[in-house]
Amino acid sequence: MIYIFDGSLEGLLTAVFEWFERKPSQVILETEKNYQPDAFKEVFYVQNDRKKADRVYNGLQKKLSKEWMRKFYCAYLSESPEIFNALFHFTTYIFLNDFAAEKNYGNTHVLAISKKAKSVEREKHRMEAFIRFQHTADGIFYCGIDPDFNVLPLIINHFKTRYADQQWVIYDLKRHYGLFYDLHKVEEITMELNLPNLKLPASHQLNEKEALYSNLWRDYFKSTNIESRKNTKLHIKHVPKRYWKYLTEKQIAHN
Amino acid sequence: MSERLREKLTILADAAKYDVSCSSSGSDRKNTNKGVGNGHASGICHTYTEDGRCVSLLKILLTNHCIFDCAYCVSRKSNDIERAAFTVDEVVELTMNFYRRNYIEGLFLSSGIFKNADFTMERLLRVVKKLRLEQNYNGYIHLKTIPGASDELIKEAGLYADRMSINLEMPTESGLKLLAPEKSHKDVIKPLSFVQNQIVQFKEEKKLIKSVPKFVPAGQSTQMVIGATPETDKEIMYTADAFYKNFALRRVYYSGYIPISNDTRMPILGTQPPLLRENRLYQTDWLMRFYGFNVRELLNDANPHLDIDIDPKLSWALRNLQHFPVDINAAPYRMILRIPGIGVSSAQKIVQARRFGKLHIYQLKNIGVAYSRAKHFIKCADTPFQLKDFQATQIKAFILAESHSKYLKTDTNQLILF
Repeated sequence: MIYIFDGSLEGLLTAVFEWFERKPSQVILETEKNYQPDAFKEVFYVQNDRKKADRVYNGLQKKLSKEWMRKFYCAYLSESPEIFNALFHFTTYIFLNDFAAEKNYGNTHVLAISKKAKSVEREKHRMEAFIRFQHTADGIFYCGIDPDFNVLPLIINHFKTRYADQQWVIYDLKRHYGLFYDLHKVEEITMELNLPNLKLPASHQLNEKEALYSNLWRDYFKSTNIESRKNTKLHIKHVPKRYWKYLTEKQIAHN
Repeated sequence: MSERLREKLTILADAAKYDVSCSSSGSDRKNTNKGVGNGHASGICHTYTEDGRCVSLLKILLTNHCIFDCAYCVSRKSNDIERAAFTVDEVVELTMNFYRRNYIEGLFLSSGIFKNADFTMERLLRVVKKLRLEQNYNGYIHLKTIPGASDELIKEAGLYADRMSINLEMPTESGLKLLAPEKSHKDVIKPLSFVQNQIVQFKEEKKLIKSVPKFVPAGQSTQMVIGATPETDKEIMYTADAFYKNFALRRVYYSGYIPISNDTRMPILGTQPPLLRENRLYQTDWLMRFYGFNVRELLNDANPHLDIDIDPKLSWALRNLQHFPVDINAAPYRMILRIPGIGVSSAQKIVQARRFGKLHIYQLKNIGVAYSRAKHFIKCADTPFQLKDFQATQIKAFILAESHSKYLKTDTNQLILF
């Protein structure tokens, strides 16, 4: 049997509730977007229901540690189609088994979620490392990104506490939304600007000192390298090429 | 003005790069005064240089003028290089502007010794005070303790820095005497133990009075240059072990010597830096700190050097085959940690997962065990029955045949005599 939901967290949790109502045998959970009609399988459309979702969520909170609730959420943020099915089965597995069943790394769903959560955390950590703010003419520190996973919700806290005395914007170019910190709180924003400009603001939009400091940073990056230890393989392993577009030190100076 | 600043940064970053300490972890400093910056428990590497080393901190010297003439150092008095010095404000501006753009995790400030130790330390102190008190900066600061500086200055600096470090430079006293006759390990030990005592004292006081300020919350570290003088791996690691134990150091760094002069006491210019040896020393360091190995098990009079072709953990296992095979489903955690091919996180997963049923080969592979290596040392639910006991040399040959070490193909450092 195939359960179809809309891809939201609420839908996923409702699906778990519906399964416990009916307990059909083999179930695969799929999103509407990825569903391909199949002549031999029954289909059930999950209708989002806040109350049902909340009950499942609260129940899960009672069974899982904070650490595992975070893994659950991180895996969900990966947006990968096969992880929804794994999350669905993981949740039913947790409810059907005794306390601490999440520690069973021999179980495929447990391991899948633990691995996916790790990739998402890694991407989150990379964003914390590779985001390079540019100081704009109106005083805001701006950066446009397109992370592999939807990690903006995970990095809010880090940037909010760290850069508490400067206004900043981090914009997800792939998912078309961003975060804006106005010295008091972080808000979700969407911008109606042309994409190339969001990727790289034009020089007249930048603070006059911006060019100086980005050049100083490039100088520093160059002179801190030890030529005789060159190890390109290791370099690329740590900074995969797809992130180079963010990095000030990897851009050619624009004077 | 900006041209001169760029020049200075180039010179003083270049001079600081041989200090390998890069970590920005271990500080829990909070951004409480709505300033800028905070500590990150595990640290953040913001970028990596083309030699593959992480760049986490803005690592610079305040000046590369120095009154000492240590043979292993680029900034030595007799070396004919360009000299420069930052003003206090320049360092503060650079740090703040780099930090605000998320380029760096903090500042690593070191310096050549100009005039005398106190004068230098006092300048360093002025930079960190300005950052903390005037700029409301709460990011990471790694400060060099200048050997010979007065206790008062060091103590005050400790109130603002997250980590302090002094380099041992050479693993043994005799090595140091050879290359830097003016220096001695005693100069390092005195301030190291002073700072360590202060850390303990501040912690004790903090238990009683909550408002006691932080004192070097990320602890101390040190660095040794490897391969400039003829120490054995055993001597190096025993020194490291002693310093870990006596001064509760967070890290000991090993820096492969990169030839920088024609001095006849050291390897000649153009010699390859001993990268593989450095790697093996770090592996040993990790085994001591995270895998429960005693340094005497890994290096002793019978084995004063680490194997070049295999890592120290495998090398220990091959010398101690009487402990193997280890039963994955029954052995204690500390034994599982000692199996080649199983790391800390796999070992933890194994101990948690085996309570739900006996583990099989496919599960071990999924958990992340390097099975092709581990299979010679373990027993699990479906391990094939084996009549023959292999010799250590045979197992080593099997593993080497399957491994793809990046080093072996280019290993030209080691000459074969027989």
